[in-house]
This record gives sequence, structure tokens and C-alpha cells, in this order.
Amino acid sequence: MTTATQELTTYHEGFGGFEKSAAGHRLAWLRKLRRDAFARFSEVGIPTTHVEDWRFTNLSSLAQTPFRLARNGGGGVTIKALERFRMEGPSCQLVFVNGRCVAGLSNLGKLPYGVTVSNLATEIESEPSALEEWLGRYLDTKRDPFSALNTAFLEDGAFIHLEKGVVFETPIHLLFVSTSEAGPTMTHPRNLIVANAGSQVTVVEDYVSLPASAGAEGRLFCNTATELIAGDNAVVSHYMIEREHIDAFNISTLRIEQGRNANVASHSVLLGGGIVRNNVHPVLNGEGGDCLINGLFAGTGRQHLDNYMLVEHAKPHCGSRQFYNGILGGRAHGVFHGRIIVHKDAQKTDAKQTNRNLLLSDEAQIDTKPQLEIYADDVKCTHGATIGQIEENALFYLRSRGIDESSARQLLLLAFASECLDRMAEGPARTHVETLIHGHLGHLIRAANNDKASEAAG
Amino acid sequence: MNLLEIKNLHATVGGVEILKGINLTVEAGEVHSIMGPNGSGKSTLAQVLARRESYEITKGEIVYDGKDLVALKPEEAACEGVFLAFQYPVEIPGISNAYFLRSALNAVRKYRGQEEMDAIDFLPLLRQKLKLLEMDDKLLNRSVNEAFSGGEKKRNEILQMAVLEPKLAILDETDSGLDIDALRIVAQGVNAMRSPNRAILLVTHYQRLLNYIVPDRVHVLVDGKIARSGGAELALELEDKGYGTMEAAAGRA
Repeated sequence: MTTATQELTTYHEGFGGFEKSAAGHRLAWLRKLRRDAFARFSEVGIPTTHVEDWRFTNLSSLAQTPFRLARNGGGGVTIKALERFRMEGPSCQLVFVNGRCVAGLSNLGKLPYGVTVSNLATEIESEPSALEEWLGRYLDTKRDPFSALNTAFLEDGAFIHLEKGVVFETPIHLLFVSTSEAGPTMTHPRNLIVANAGSQVTVVEDYVSLPASAGAEGRLFCNTATELIAGDNAVVSHYMIEREHIDAFNISTLRIEQGRNANVASHSVLLGGGIVRNNVHPVLNGEGGDCLINGLFAGTGRQHLDNYMLVEHAKPHCGSRQFYNGILGGRAHGVFHGRIIVHKDAQKTDAKQTNRNLLLSDEAQIDTKPQLEIYADDVKCTHGATIGQIEENALFYLRSRGIDESSARQLLLLAFASECLDRMAEGPARTHVETLIHGHLGHLIRAANNDKASEAAG
Repeated sequence: MNLLEIKNLHATVGGVEILKGINLTVEAGEVHSIMGPNGSGKSTLAQVLARRESYEITKGEIVYDGKDLVALKPEEAACEGVFLAFQYPVEIPGISNAYFLRSALNAVRKYRGQEEMDAIDFLPLLRQKLKLLEMDDKLLNRSVNEAFSGGEKKRNEILQMAVLEPKLAILDETDSGLDIDALRIVAQGVNAMRSPNRAILLVTHYQRLLNYIVPDRVHVLVDGKIARSGGAELALELEDKGYGTMEAAAGRA
């Protein structure tokens, strides 16, 4: 069930040094949080495909790589190097390099009264008591070894706090830059978003990487976790964008805790990375809550993009809607695991789940698995999955109007992706994502064309 | 001048021969009607002319505007001025009709070395064509053909034709399933497109459309060959006697 302990050696070594010097190492509660989490991780190890939740995702290459903790924050990364990763429009941006916030690269703009945008390491040093109430309270370190690992190494990440009733319209852009200058590097960003009753905010987590040097990407392991607490009536939009390079492992966990009538939208856009696992875990823990879980994953080459949804309905009269669209070319492998748990008291639950997939090549693969566990008796739960290809009919229709084959294919992929885009509220965050998706789909089509050309040549 | 010259055309679909030696010449400025019973090969001929790749040409040639049409891809044929109004227009969720039309027009313009049109220049042109077809502006912002009524889909085909201004327009059963008002509007749109530089091929099962668009020539397709050709009066004769006698004659031949 678990990996051999020798594969955890580097984690043990890393943890020993880390916990002695990390921010807040003198705080008893934080030390305990880290230690307990590390003990849990050591116990379980890196899961193999024998573990049901990891059946479709083989992590042996991750387990065999001796990742070291990145300790150099921002060394050598310039504003200019990050220019291409910026989000257009009004800005409130925090930049993290190898998991550490770099003030010189960040720009918060003008924050209104009642809005705190800061980084966790600073808060741990200055206001730890304010964090104790939230930090590690919701993330399930027992069930998920990567949440445990993240908690063991938690030190920096974003801290966003909105007072009651405060509306912040500027999206908060969190840019996480990974670099690997001296061998395989791991980072464990930890974010805490607290939107108190009646507040409103949009947060964009954006994961990017810089090549180690020309020609060598460098192996990366980014294991990130976010706790998002949406109080009663709060409205929160959360974006997760993965666009790291092919040598990157990215495991992200978004744990959402929703109060009464809270309205949360989670949008995941997985474009980059080599092996990617995207965990979204909302718990609707107040009556009348509504959660949209929207996603697009689009990969090619040997990319592996795994989406694990765990939607828990704990209180009556809540709605959840999951929509994930996958586009897979080359030998890419996609996974959609949609689990819905309706607890005993959650009567009148309305849960919906749809996973649609488009395969661009014969070697591309998708595993889609719905899993419904319903313990209440008056609920509505639906699920559905489709797997298809670009329709020849539609392709011919576009071409017969003068649009060349590549452009026609790209247009049809865009149309498929636009189902996800249409569920995002208009604004700079959506525009940002739209631009990235346009570019990436072009890349997918070119890759498919190259595959075809080399096939013909071979 | 001959705009289209089809010589001894044979074509197969999924290994089955559908066209078995078509000969047809169409001059610029003319309107020809291709009629015939179900399964005679009318739609296959239309698709072959639009260069659908799953339809294989096994023999014969097609010269269009002095070029070998068989050598062209669908998009190249379109850019050279061939337009097919589909019998069953395809629904494309997620692409707005306006965006689709502009993409198509710009693809054609680019091919011809003309400058691409931006949305602001394109809109007035589109509005004018919409008016001609008595179409609602709202159809522009909806996804291509998605949840359009049968009549809206057919009118949308003619709208595309009006925007792209082809040299050779092939209308594949554009009249099928239309009520008389829609038929009149479609016919009006087509008639407005008649020009000395343009040929129109009307593929139809029924004579009804030809009351509104009077063809120069009528050809009757039976079992993959043209069984008879004549003037507009041939359509009336068919309406009267049906395809039966012609099928019998072709069977004897």
C-alpha cells in the first residue's frame, strides 16, 4: 500500500532541518500541527496505484526523485522575467518564488478597508494568534498524504482576509513561480482565504515555472494546498491555473468550507505540468449554499492530468454543480474522479456532475469515474460523462466555408472549451484564462499536426 | 465561358459507387437545377463538388474556373469561390454565428490577398445581408445553428452565401421542409444573388422551389447518371408524371 521508507529519506532529512528554522518554529501549536502532519505522511507515504483514490495516477517517478526543499526565495528572478506571466487589468498581485513571497516582485495596489492581502510567513511572525483559529482546521491530512505533507512543510503562501460585508472587486492574482537551480526542487505553498459573512472576493492561483537553464527544464514538485473559508452569504470565486513545464509535478488541494447561503465558484484550468493532480474538496456546511465546480484540462505529449473532486453536502438545501471538460491529444492521460457525498441531514440536496471529453488522438486516454454516496433520502443527484472526438461533420462544415483545417480544429476546440469559460463571471480573471486557453489550444493543434506529419514520414 | 465542367465523374462513398458517369457543363450566369429521386446521387454530387474528403472520386474530372477542382481541399475550393448550402446545416455550440461568419469571410479574403475585416467594418455588411433574408439580429449572437428552427438554419445557409459571394453556389435541398413564407424568403435571397459572374446549382427533390427560382436548365439524375436534361419545362413535366417513367427508362438503358 505504501512506498518503501527509503524513498521518504529526503523528506525526513528535509523536515528535520525545516522545522528547526521555519517561520513560527517556536509556536507550540504550529510545531504540533507540522509534526503531526509529518508523522501522518511518514506513516502513509506516497500512494501507489493500489490505493483507490490514486488508481489512475502512477506516482512512482515522483517517489523515486530526491526532491529537496527550496530555500532560496526569489534569487535571481527579475520583474522582467515575470512580465509574460502577468494578468492584464487592475492589479493586486503577490508573487511567490519557490514558495516564498517576494515583496519586491509583488504589487498590492490600493487595498480597501477590511481587506488583508499578505503572506503567511509574515503573519506567522507578526500575528500568529489570528491564524491559529483557521490554519489546518479544514484540510484533511488524515485522508490525503499530500495535504499532510503540505501541512508538515507549511510556512509561506497567501493570506487573504475579508471583514464582514467587504466587497473587493479587483481579482487577487497569486503567482507561484517555480525554478530548480540545484537539482530537483520541491515547494509546499499554503494559502489561507477567509471571506467573512457577506464579503466578496476573487482569487486567482497561477502556477508557472522558469526553466533551470537553456535546454533543461529541471524537475519540480509543487505541492500546494489552500483552505478557503466562505462565511454566511459570502461570494467567492477561485481560479486554479496550472501552466508549469513538462518536468513539473503539481499536486494541488483546494478545501472549501461554505457557510449558510455562501456562494463559491471554483474554476480549475490545467494546461501545463507533467503529472498533475487537482483536488477540489468543497463542504457545503450551511443551509442554502451553492457551489460551482468548473474545470478544463487540456493536455498533449505525455501529460497526465488528474482531477479529483470530492463534494460533500452536509446541510439541507444546498446545490453543487460540477462541470469538467477534458481535451487530450498525443499520449496524454486525463482522469476525472467525481465523488459526491450527501450526508444524512442534507435533505433537498441538488447535486449535478458532468464530465465531457474530447480525444484528439488514438493514444490519448481518459478515465472518468463518478462515485455517489447518498445517505439522505430526499435528494436529486445526477451525473454523466461523455467521450468523443472532433466531429468530422463539423470540421467539414467549417472547411467548406474557407477555414483551413488547423484553424477549424482550433475553433472547434475553443468552442468546446468555451463551455467552461462561459461559466466564469466576466472580468479580468476570465479574460486572463481565456487568453491562456487560446494559446494552449493552438499548441495542442500544432502538436497533433506534428504527430500526424511524423507518422506520415515514418 | 464554362465555369464548371464535369466529365464522366465516378465517385464512391464507403466503397459503394454512387456517381456512375456524370457529365455536366454550367456557364457563369446560369442557374441549373439537379433533380431526381431519393438515392439518385444528388447530394453526393453536391458534397463532391464541395470536396468532402470521405467521398472518393474514382474516375473522371471536374474543371472549375479553369482549375482542377479534384486537387483542391474543401477550404481551397471555398476560397476559390465554391459554396455549398448544406442539406443539414451543422450545429456548432460555442461559436457565435457572427464570429463564424467573420472567420469564414476573412479566411476567404486572406486567400485572395485582401485585407481582413474587423468586427466594426463587418457588422454593417452583415446587417444589410440579414435584412435581405428577413433574419433576426439575435441569430448572430447565438451559436452556429444551435437550436435554430429548420427554416432559420436554411436561411442561415443563404446568409453565409450572401456574405461569401461565391462564384459557384450549390444549394442542396435548401427548399426541403420550408413553409411557403420561408421558401419565398430563401428564393428571394437566391434570386438577389443571380449575376452574370455566378452560377447556381439547385439540388432539389421538388419542383416547388422552381416556381420562385426559374432555372435555365434542368437535369434529372437517376442512379448516378444524368438521365435527361432540358429547360425549365422539364421540371413541370416531372411534377406531372413523377420520376417513375424516367427511372424505368434508365433501368432499360
